[in-house]
Amino acid sequence: MSDRTKTLILHAGLLVLLFVLQFLLPAYHHGNLARIMVLASYAIGFNILFGYTGLLSLGHALFFAAGMYGMGLAIRHLGLSPSAALLCGLAAGVAISTIAGLLALRTVGVGFMIVTLMFAQAGYLTLLYFGEYTRGDEGFVIQQAERILWGLDLSDPTNRYFAAFALFALCLLLTLWLVRAPFGKVLVAIRENEERARMLGYDVFAHKLGAVVLSGTLSAMAGAVYGLLFGYVGASFASVQYSIFPLLWVLLGGAGTVLGPFIGTLFMFYLIDLSSGVTTAYMLIAGVVLVALTLFAPQGLVGEIRKRFWRGLP
Amino acid sequence: MTLLETRGLTKQFAGLHAVENVDFDLPRGQVRALIGPNGAGKTTFVGMLCGRVEPTAGTVRFDDRDISDLPAHKRINLGIAYTFQITSVFANLTIAENVALAARRSLRGADVDVAVADALERVGLHEPPEQNASDLSYGHQRLLEIAMGVVQQPRLLILDEPTQGLADSEIEAFKTLVRDLSATSTILLIEHNMAVVMETADQITVLNFGQVLAEGTPGEIRADRAVQAAYLGTG
Amino acid sequence: MEIGPYLLLASLEGAVTAAVLALTAVGLSLVFGVMRVVNVAHGEFFMLGAVLAWWISSQVAGHPSLGFAVALLVVPLLVGGLAALADMTILKRISYDPERTIVATIGILYIIQQVTLMTYGPDARPVEPPFNTRLAIPWFEFVEGKPRIYWPWGLSTTTYKLGVIAAAALVLVGVWLLMARSKIGLIMRATQLDRDMALAFGIPVERVYALVFGLGAGLAALAAVLIVPIQQAHYLMGGDPLLLSFVVVIIGGLGSLPGTVVAAILIGLSDGIISVFFSPTLAKILATLLVALVLVFRPQGLFGVRRA
Repeated sequence: MSDRTKTLILHAGLLVLLFVLQFLLPAYHHGNLARIMVLASYAIGFNILFGYTGLLSLGHALFFAAGMYGMGLAIRHLGLSPSAALLCGLAAGVAISTIAGLLALRTVGVGFMIVTLMFAQAGYLTLLYFGEYTRGDEGFVIQQAERILWGLDLSDPTNRYFAAFALFALCLLLTLWLVRAPFGKVLVAIRENEERARMLGYDVFAHKLGAVVLSGTLSAMAGAVYGLLFGYVGASFASVQYSIFPLLWVLLGGAGTVLGPFIGTLFMFYLIDLSSGVTTAYMLIAGVVLVALTLFAPQGLVGEIRKRFWRGLP
Repeated sequence: MTLLETRGLTKQFAGLHAVENVDFDLPRGQVRALIGPNGAGKTTFVGMLCGRVEPTAGTVRFDDRDISDLPAHKRINLGIAYTFQITSVFANLTIAENVALAARRSLRGADVDVAVADALERVGLHEPPEQNASDLSYGHQRLLEIAMGVVQQPRLLILDEPTQGLADSEIEAFKTLVRDLSATSTILLIEHNMAVVMETADQITVLNFGQVLAEGTPGEIRADRAVQAAYLGTG
Repeated sequence: MEIGPYLLLASLEGAVTAAVLALTAVGLSLVFGVMRVVNVAHGEFFMLGAVLAWWISSQVAGHPSLGFAVALLVVPLLVGGLAALADMTILKRISYDPERTIVATIGILYIIQQVTLMTYGPDARPVEPPFNTRLAIPWFEFVEGKPRIYWPWGLSTTTYKLGVIAAAALVLVGVWLLMARSKIGLIMRATQLDRDMALAFGIPVERVYALVFGLGAGLAALAAVLIVPIQQAHYLMGGDPLLLSFVVVIIGGLGSLPGTVVAAILIGLSDGIISVFFSPTLAKILATLLVALVLVFRPQGLFGVRRA
């Protein structure tokens, strides 16, 4: 069996499994999995920049929140329909990631990490500053009547699961396409050896900017869908913590792998879910996992599988 | 017909002239060797040709067009290919993908695979193409580097010390390759191996302390007293 | 109050901020300068300093100044030791790779913060200052064209605040002497200039790194001990010092000690004065954007010189 067939079976298999699970899971895990699929879509967006292009952003919450607030504010203040509001969220993601990319990509390495961190922090504080419109930390609820997308009531668990599944499938297939597409291969080349890629005639800056915008837009899409599915928009989704989460998920699952973001999100979600029942200091788990991963498994779970068992795994 | 010319090309590092006021003309179709002792400024000079190094002063013209202000990737896209002196392949990618990355700038789809196989064949790299580049020996990485240049079918191919680390048999094959390529490309070759230079070059330019010391056919250079004194050490 | 006395008051408060900020930021700058890594957990070492100061001063019986004095001596050593331990067990093992170090120190940040939450709890707790006399400050006004001295209501400072400024200045001079005049400082600077060369000359680079990391964290802890009688200890208090230290270190030029101190004074003073005119949130937005844009357009810092 060729790598290509195996890849197809593996990923299609996961999607089928996730689709079938909605009929089998008890309500609590059903709801969790819907949440995980949306968050995993966010992680997939992050992974395009971090895993495939080799650019570590510490400010992806800016994009997630751009989508969430672009959508939420459009509903709250402009009275737009959910589909139009989703487009607003997406447009906000494109616009903000383009500006952030144009500026931040003038720096490299640690500079890029700090600049993205600062941009996100400025975004978070801006949400607080305009609390009159954004309701700041407290956030605001999107009413059930405002969450009916193309006739589907997204507050209904079945519809919600389906919408989350659709988003996740879209993001997963997009990454699968990306790793085979010339554009994606150039991103990997830039990650591996930027100077060589430039001296093969590739416009490195343009490709990196493309990666930032693609990654930011997917993150924004996840943010917009998250707000719509769970009916809540709040500034905590713009905080540093939500920039660290996708890093944590992707590192745990395996940076630069297609399945890593999902696996990482799944594990981390349940780890935190279980521990938050025991203590309020559940972020301790996140800290320990971050340190342990950098020390012992920088490749992550799927990365280790690729290294040991299946070199062709995308 | 001149393919590449420089006028007054100069590079200073902290007040030191690495390359000083070089006027250089390379006619189309020629194989030109660039020689000179270590630190003569050869790599800096070609770095300014392909945009890796920003010149302090001077102009570069390629194909009757001033390219002095173009960024590196645009110069490459005009048909200049550069192979690195210090091997700079994509170590974690496969051999095939290394060459394919170079090929995909102008080709798509199945044409890429054909071009990759052809380039690997031409440089004589017969390792399994799905192997990682990091698994290759140093000499084979040099061949891969050359294949990445060849597959671009450049109008000007700049080879920076291509035979360093190659076995004797591979050097023989390399000479044949250069003669073969010269039918379609102009070649600028930085080389330490005098046998390779004398056998493959049409013309030789000698750099010393950043300046052009001499220029001429292999025969003329061999006979040049100044070159012998500065470089061959047999003055 | 009129604008004149108001600004004087803001500058005095700003000078206290500047003093504490200079200590914290010099710690961060030292680590970046010598080790070329960014310690994201720096703010948590600050927080740990404040929390430990509360703990020690609440353990020591007798006059509050006794407990404070013990804290002032012991806390920086404890925190510095902990940081050195983290350096040897974690950072050393990832070879101080700049990007992985940031990820690891984010992990350390959460570990310190959350363990503090589990043990110390979510409350803010005060520490009693060792001495605290209120000092009223005179101002002048013109009455019928003649200056007249008077004592505006609310224009005052305390001996403790002046003490903080003096102590910080003293410690900074000490750090400067250590770096510029002592043998260990020479070794640190040699390591900073060329790690491999230092190794070749037999300098125990790994021990120097652990020392510098400990010293950086110790300075942050010291700053926190000084500020905790004014500010109270809380497990989330590390965020602001981290942000402000970033601002200072980046504007002052990464790794330059004099630049860092100058920037700390500027930022500290302007923070006091700006907050008179702007809301603190807006001031923070401007500060974060300033850091980002300085890194983008002038990575050598506003006062640094571009190196060739």
